[in-house]
Amino acid sequence: MNDVLTVRGLSVTVRDTALVSDVDLTVGAGERVGLIGESGSGKSLTALSILGLLPEDVRAGGSVRLDGVDHELVGADERRMSRVRGRDIAMVFQEPMTALNPTMRIGDQLAEAMLIHKTLAKPAARTAAADLLDRVQLPAETLRAYPHQLSGGQRQRVVLALALANDPALLICDEPTTALDVTVQALVLDLIVRGVVDRSSALLFITHDLAVVATVCERVLVMYGGRVVEAGPVAEVFTRPRHRYTEGLLAASDLETTSRRLTTIPGNVPPAGRFPSGCVFRTRCAHATALCEETPPWTGSETAGFACHHPAGVGND
Amino acid sequence: MTEHIPTTHELETPTAIQVVDLVRDYPRPRTSLFQPAPVVHALRGVSLEVKQGERFGIVGESGCGKSTLLRLIAALDRATSGHVIVEDTDITRLPERRLRSLRENLQLVFQDPMSSLDPRMRVRDIIAEPLVVQGHPASGERVRELLEAVGLSADAGDRYPHQFSGGQRQRISIARALAPRPRILIADEPVSALDVSVRAQVLNLISDLVDELDLTLVFVSHDLSVVKHVCDRVAVMNAGQIVETGYTGDVYAAPQHPYTQRLVSAIPTLQRALSGATTADLLAKGESA
Repeated sequence: MNDVLTVRGLSVTVRDTALVSDVDLTVGAGERVGLIGESGSGKSLTALSILGLLPEDVRAGGSVRLDGVDHELVGADERRMSRVRGRDIAMVFQEPMTALNPTMRIGDQLAEAMLIHKTLAKPAARTAAADLLDRVQLPAETLRAYPHQLSGGQRQRVVLALALANDPALLICDEPTTALDVTVQALVLDLIVRGVVDRSSALLFITHDLAVVATVCERVLVMYGGRVVEAGPVAEVFTRPRHRYTEGLLAASDLETTSRRLTTIPGNVPPAGRFPSGCVFRTRCAHATALCEETPPWTGSETAGFACHHPAGVGND
Repeated sequence: MTEHIPTTHELETPTAIQVVDLVRDYPRPRTSLFQPAPVVHALRGVSLEVKQGERFGIVGESGCGKSTLLRLIAALDRATSGHVIVEDTDITRLPERRLRSLRENLQLVFQDPMSSLDPRMRVRDIIAEPLVVQGHPASGERVRELLEAVGLSADAGDRYPHQFSGGQRQRISIARALAPRPRILIADEPVSALDVSVRAQVLNLISDLVDELDLTLVFVSHDLSVVKHVCDRVAVMNAGQIVETGYTGDVYAAPQHPYTQRLVSAIPTLQRALSGATTADLLAKGESA
């Protein structure tokens, strides 16, 4: 399996504050990878730096390579990035209303995605737009509609259709269903999975919802404090977590527990730049010792491993 | 609609909130000079009963009328027809000046603490405000006591809402709600905007306070799994009506109404996913929305 996306040592900084440090990440063709973590853990910044959409004074370092694109994506100029975005990499954002142009009809927006990248000429683009809408189970009348005439779920399906318009090699979804109702979420998730499976596209799926990621993805990376703290196959990470943060996160989201009280992680996620040195989780970790003041090394292989001095599941807890 | 048969134990417990055939229609702006203004039927005959000391959940998706129902129970809105009886008082058509005891006995916690806390007030003033409004002396002692009850340090009172994280702000909202010593606490999606680890903290806090202070809790959420954890009984709402009521465990395990079945099957859970459920299974009992 060839890797579609290869991220090496990605860091994101704003002035002197590190927001994301040393993120390694690969997504193979047809693979579905989840990126989970709470707000402020750096998962959205990771996605934005892959797309080259970081705000003005935020800088990315390291390397991001995409299969089929012969240049480095980190630091590439806008002219080159705009050719990659929407054609090789597409993104679905959380809030579909801000991702759509309120003054353009849906059909024109869909056709524009193909016309801009010259993947199709005008008449063919219109037919393709209708076809795309059909694939996300929206009626052909939607072509004539404006975004405000659609519901949240319908808009998110339009955004998905737009993202899939040029059969991207990589689809990035950032919390695509957080704003949606559960029954609509089920439909949108199913359309995302079917969309990438049909095209054998790679999927990078960002969410804070462990159950969603377990349903959608095959592999998962857990982020905290701008670092990947654990990675591995979904079944492995969610049944035998090694990092203490993953362990805490799983316990806190377990609403099936019969006890009245839920297990919690003490404290709050610190604001950006206030994470401790060494292990980023040590200030909230019950197992932290003096050793944790040193940055824990990555244990395991590149796709399955963890960074913790006192991992769970070795019989010492 | 399925009703559960009350046991003798329950018949003895007094009712905290009773809602009888509640209807709320909202007129929409006229679209034509010659036709009457279109009407939105937000609630179409809702009846429910919450016993004292009960943890009652209301579940439904956006637009199902759950917020309208809450607003009517809290007398923040007027019903088109039907009755809301809170602790033996029919509040449906009472004028504002006679709602004083309701304003003390029933308090609300909203979803977004950023919009429900005044950004220009210090936390201690926010918490004392319900007392001041009711004409009670608001002692610093009571504010400190409330801050401690929700797990915030005493010096938090000197700061402003923006200096707190989402979870801490929700704690401030809870402290404010508890200030007038209410007997009924209504929480409208109190944890929907919070991260998983903080959500667990706030759910535990609400649970502890309800036990300690012997409160009646009405918990509204779109998330049936959260309601299942917190509440004893649940009402499922769809399109302005209650389609199913029952013990949360029963409703979750064996939903009777087709809508509830669709809702329950659409909830992704770790257990199901790890045993091989895919996104297609979430839609198993559903159709396109």
